[in-house]
Amino acid sequence: MSDASPSVNDAILQVEHLSMKFGGLVAIGDLSFQARRGEITALIGPNGAGKTTVFNCITGFYKPSEGMLTLNRRDGSSYLLERLPNHEIPARAKVARTFQNIRLFSGMTLLENLLVAQHNKLMKASGYTILGLFGFSGYRTASAESIDLARHWLEKADLVDRADDPAGDLPYGAQRRLEIARAMCTGPELLCLDEPAAGLNPKESMALNALLMDIKDNTGTSILLIEHDMAVVMQISDHVVVLEYGRKISDGSPHAVRTDPRVIAAYLGVEDEDVETVLIEVGDEDVIEQLDTGPDATHGPGSSSSYFAGPVTDTVGHSEGERVTVSKGASKAGQVDARSGAARPASPAEAKPEKPSAAKSSTAKPAAKAPAKPKTPGDSNRGGGNE
Amino acid sequence: MAVTTSPERDIVATPMQRATREALYAGAIALGLFVLFIGLRTDQNISNELILVQRWWLLAVVVVLTMAGRFLYVAYGQPFLANQKIVDVATGLLPESMATRFFRLPYFIAAIVIVAVLAFLAGSLDGLLGPGLAGYARFLRALAIIYALASVMFYFRTFIHAHFSALGITALALYPIIVVLVLALYGGSVAAGFQGSLKWVDNYGIQILIYVMLAWGLNIVVGLAGLLDLGYVAFYAVGAYAYALLGTQYGLSFWILLPAAGAMAAFWGVLLGFPVLRLRGDYLAIVTLAFGEIIRLVLINWREVTNGSAGITGIPKVTFFGLMTFNVSDPNYIAKVLDIATSSAYYKIFLYYLILGLCLLTAFVTIRLRRMPVGRAWEALREDEIACRSLGINTTTTKLTAFATGAMFGGFAGSFFAARQGFVSPESFIFLESAIILAIVVLGGMGSLVGIAVAAMVMIGGTEVLRELDFLKQVFGPDFTPELYRMLLFGMAMVIVMLWKPRGFVGSREPTAFLKERRAVSGSFTKEGHG
Repeated sequence: MSDASPSVNDAILQVEHLSMKFGGLVAIGDLSFQARRGEITALIGPNGAGKTTVFNCITGFYKPSEGMLTLNRRDGSSYLLERLPNHEIPARAKVARTFQNIRLFSGMTLLENLLVAQHNKLMKASGYTILGLFGFSGYRTASAESIDLARHWLEKADLVDRADDPAGDLPYGAQRRLEIARAMCTGPELLCLDEPAAGLNPKESMALNALLMDIKDNTGTSILLIEHDMAVVMQISDHVVVLEYGRKISDGSPHAVRTDPRVIAAYLGVEDEDVETVLIEVGDEDVIEQLDTGPDATHGPGSSSSYFAGPVTDTVGHSEGERVTVSKGASKAGQVDARSGAARPASPAEAKPEKPSAAKSSTAKPAAKAPAKPKTPGDSNRGGGNE
Repeated sequence: MAVTTSPERDIVATPMQRATREALYAGAIALGLFVLFIGLRTDQNISNELILVQRWWLLAVVVVLTMAGRFLYVAYGQPFLANQKIVDVATGLLPESMATRFFRLPYFIAAIVIVAVLAFLAGSLDGLLGPGLAGYARFLRALAIIYALASVMFYFRTFIHAHFSALGITALALYPIIVVLVLALYGGSVAAGFQGSLKWVDNYGIQILIYVMLAWGLNIVVGLAGLLDLGYVAFYAVGAYAYALLGTQYGLSFWILLPAAGAMAAFWGVLLGFPVLRLRGDYLAIVTLAFGEIIRLVLINWREVTNGSAGITGIPKVTFFGLMTFNVSDPNYIAKVLDIATSSAYYKIFLYYLILGLCLLTAFVTIRLRRMPVGRAWEALREDEIACRSLGINTTTTKLTAFATGAMFGGFAGSFFAARQGFVSPESFIFLESAIILAIVVLGGMGSLVGIAVAAMVMIGGTEVLRELDFLKQVFGPDFTPELYRMLLFGMAMVIVMLWKPRGFVGSREPTAFLKERRAVSGSFTKEGHG
């Protein structure tokens, strides 16, 4: 794990002025945030906020229209992710990802799934196939090592008993864990998880939290995750970034974000006339509990983020990016700002990136450290909010 | 009785009633289908006029046969199959399976007796029974032999299943020897044995093995990497012409040109791979199909080099590693060196072992590659390309290696083909060849070497066997040529196999690594790939 001393490399991922446009549609507009090394950073927001689009930009499935994505590796090297080809981002910048609609190699066994993840390492060991074809011993040892690593992650994911079963035969929760284990087999420094808890029951969700905390504590891998399950977000994340309509509306510790009226408004989707009421109720236990139990139907997780997020398609699985249609005044957070313009002058909706992000990260840091004390998954109940 | 209608009567008809009804339906459908196909036929009369020949009797036979078949199936077949699933109350056991009822010791003994008697009378059959009945007797003898062999295989089925690959390779290695021995015993001399073995070794053995090799090569592209390639025959053509041109023009030996042809085909595979990498599924299939046609058209039209449609003749034979040749005029002709009788069978037997070796090389490389990162990446690419990219796999080079490796084996097979025929022309590299190779891969079960080998044997061997069905002439008259119907039977067989085993003969997938035990992955989990 990295130490807490602030340095340039303290941020493993720096997203600066990221914009992604699909034709005239702005899926992400001028987004800037940082993910710090050794921390779990959560990216939340209502459906269609552009979270998966951010992920696709980071992992090279989309080339961003504007902006800079800098990844600082532990050895001091930096990579500009927007310039790397798709497959080199996991290989060289060591960024691994999972998908919202699980993408396992369903006809291959669990073990094979994890061996495919070690492709680049094994290719080198096998002399780009040629030496391995003639049975040189270097490949054999590398192959045995890769099986050991796969076994290690299967044990972590509690799947070692099913190592020789096809991945498509696993129950849903186990497939989620396997996908994380597969991503970890690439030896990543940043692990991007797209809704890892979607469709999990409370028990599986707890096991997932334990797995993620274990990854964070024992491998030093930083985690960036998209999540709708607030129990997961609030329990394990050190830092939360909230998006709405492709723009950042809040950024800080889980506690700070939870009490941010702009976030509440974005999630609860208040009517214009109710904005004041909500503002009055901010901090009220009821509102916070509603926030935790789940967003409402209009902005909450719709069918696309349901347990089985539709058929696996050929395109990168994100339904959110294209659906964004930002009409004037659609942003609930913007409405809150407009109504309470005098009362809350800070952080306008179109956040000027340099100032707020710098200010936020400096203020957020101590706050983020405080609740990050290791939580035992056993005592966590699903309420999550009443901490 | 006429007034009261009980509801049960409508719902539960007896099998006989249902069978009668369905037989009538089937007959009506058959009549509708075949009235123009079979009932009428256009023909030329003696003054070259087009006339309509009416064949109502044949139509009636077909319709009645269809009705009878449907009747028997519904009245007896379906209840029988249903009973197969019902446990006997007294014993608690399922009824005997169909196979154990079919293969019984008394039947086996009867079959052996029939074979023995008819073999003993072989010479005098025509005299005893007349030519017509003798034909049937020979057919009966063939059936009895097949039944006896099948019984033996059924008896040892667990052993065969467990050691299928080893047994298969042994059988293939011994095949020419057994053929020569059997025919030598039958014909009474070694020379007759060699002479008679020509057909069996060349038409069956070599022909089938060429397709086995081609299908195993295509299997890398289609079965493992999931890239649908309809122009595979192009690489076969590249290999064949590479050997034909370089062999005739520069007199280079087969043993130099074999790897050269493979390398050249692989080069063309990469060349094709580059533009089509972005394409998937149907689009990829169309472009590869076009590529196959382009190669063929170039071969036809580039007369200065390829001699156009006339093809290239006089392609040198393969030598026995440079030590002995198979040309009678050469001083080191094999029969002269070994001091044995001259026969053309030696070359065929040598070629048989050569293609067998090439096949085994293909299988060995494929098995080896599957356990290496590149082979796993191919299969992962078939399963999910996007996930591959998220794991840092360069999908471009992975696809190119699949194309190149598949093409290389196509090139090997091509140069062998040129050496065996001694003549190549664009005629041999039409789209139908690609389609047959692809059909073998699909029929065998994509990705499975054993399944594909069996499928090649069934498809290529099957069509060859249909040439042998001369006894049908006795049934349908001397004008009947069974060869003309072999493609029809072949198509029907494919439809039946695909209905019965939609994933091919071997639908399951063998995992490439395991922690505790190797368990085959059911075909329902594997994907076919999107191109």
